[in-house]
Amino acid sequence: MAEGNDLTIEQMSDQYFDVLKEIGNIGAGNATTALSTMLGTRVDMMVPKVRLMEFKEVGTTLGGEEQLVAGIYLVVDGDIHGSIMFVQKKESARAMVQKLMGMPSEGDDFSEMELSALKEIGNVITGAYLNSLATLTNLTIYPSVPDVCIDMAGAILSVPAIEFGAISDKMLLIQTDFADDDDLSGYFILVPDEESDAKILHALGF
Amino acid sequence: MPETIKVGIADLNVVKPPQLITTIGLGSCVGIAIRDKVSKVGGLVHVMLPNSREVKSSGNVAKFADTGIPELVRRLEKMGAVKSRMVAKIAGGATMFSFQSKSELTGIGDRNVAATKAALKALGIPILAEDTGANYGRTVTFNPETGDYEIKAVGKPVRVI
Repeated sequence: MAEGNDLTIEQMSDQYFDVLKEIGNIGAGNATTALSTMLGTRVDMMVPKVRLMEFKEVGTTLGGEEQLVAGIYLVVDGDIHGSIMFVQKKESARAMVQKLMGMPSEGDDFSEMELSALKEIGNVITGAYLNSLATLTNLTIYPSVPDVCIDMAGAILSVPAIEFGAISDKMLLIQTDFADDDDLSGYFILVPDEESDAKILHALGF
Repeated sequence: MPETIKVGIADLNVVKPPQLITTIGLGSCVGIAIRDKVSKVGGLVHVMLPNSREVKSSGNVAKFADTGIPELVRRLEKMGAVKSRMVAKIAGGATMFSFQSKSELTGIGDRNVAATKAALKALGIPILAEDTGANYGRTVTFNPETGDYEIKAVGKPVRVI
């Protein structure tokens, strides 16, 4: 397991999970600080849960395939390649946007301004996560400009699932609960390609 | 209410009337519904990727258009359907995120639709209707009795093709 070169995601060692969990922990910690600064309010964070999930469970995890969710998706480049998605229930996304903008939104849909705010939140959160990863591994990571999409969980989560689909039937999910008065929980889905898995492990001394 | 059989992502199944068959939240995946016009046996496959030969992990045939569609046809034939009487309707193949087309999975939705059409053509199964592309998710329900393919999307009226 130490080399990790031909490691498929199913064979990933417990160690690698622990590593990703720890990165998730630190990343989410940084994200929480960033979020707290951005929103100007205290935000608590639960210890993230990391798990490998079958595609079939993907939708149900977030409350059913038809649950409306907001997904913020960006690709990463540099020493590693892959993509990262921050996904949360539509209500949680709305609560965050309202906190950021300091006013209640009108209607059921997100305005252009709110979508832009949501992208920025996603940018800050994923940026904090990627920063931890880059710092811990000493790898150079460039995130792209994020794009946001609000739709059924099944449709949104199929995007990272497809990227995982090329190598495996499972995907890696890091659940992060930010808590204050509202439910602000969200999920990171990290999709490094196979070579990047090995690079991350190698950089961490495995 | 007739029984509705659910098909997951990278999954397939077959039904007989009065059963219906559904799959929820098609993004860039494609949902291919096939039925025998005479025996009314029908089925649905939810494919994620176009081609099983392009990727390493190809254990699950329902994951790919090039293997999932022939497998669905085989399953229908086992239930007494005849290939020459089969017709298809397809939905999905959206591009959910605008920059997706720049990544190496160039227009995966479009490629899934193209691979679906190629697979159906190779089997000689005509496509009667399609609702593909655009940038939103779809939930589909197929009625093998009538051939109606009902498509629901967030904030849009229900469409039957």
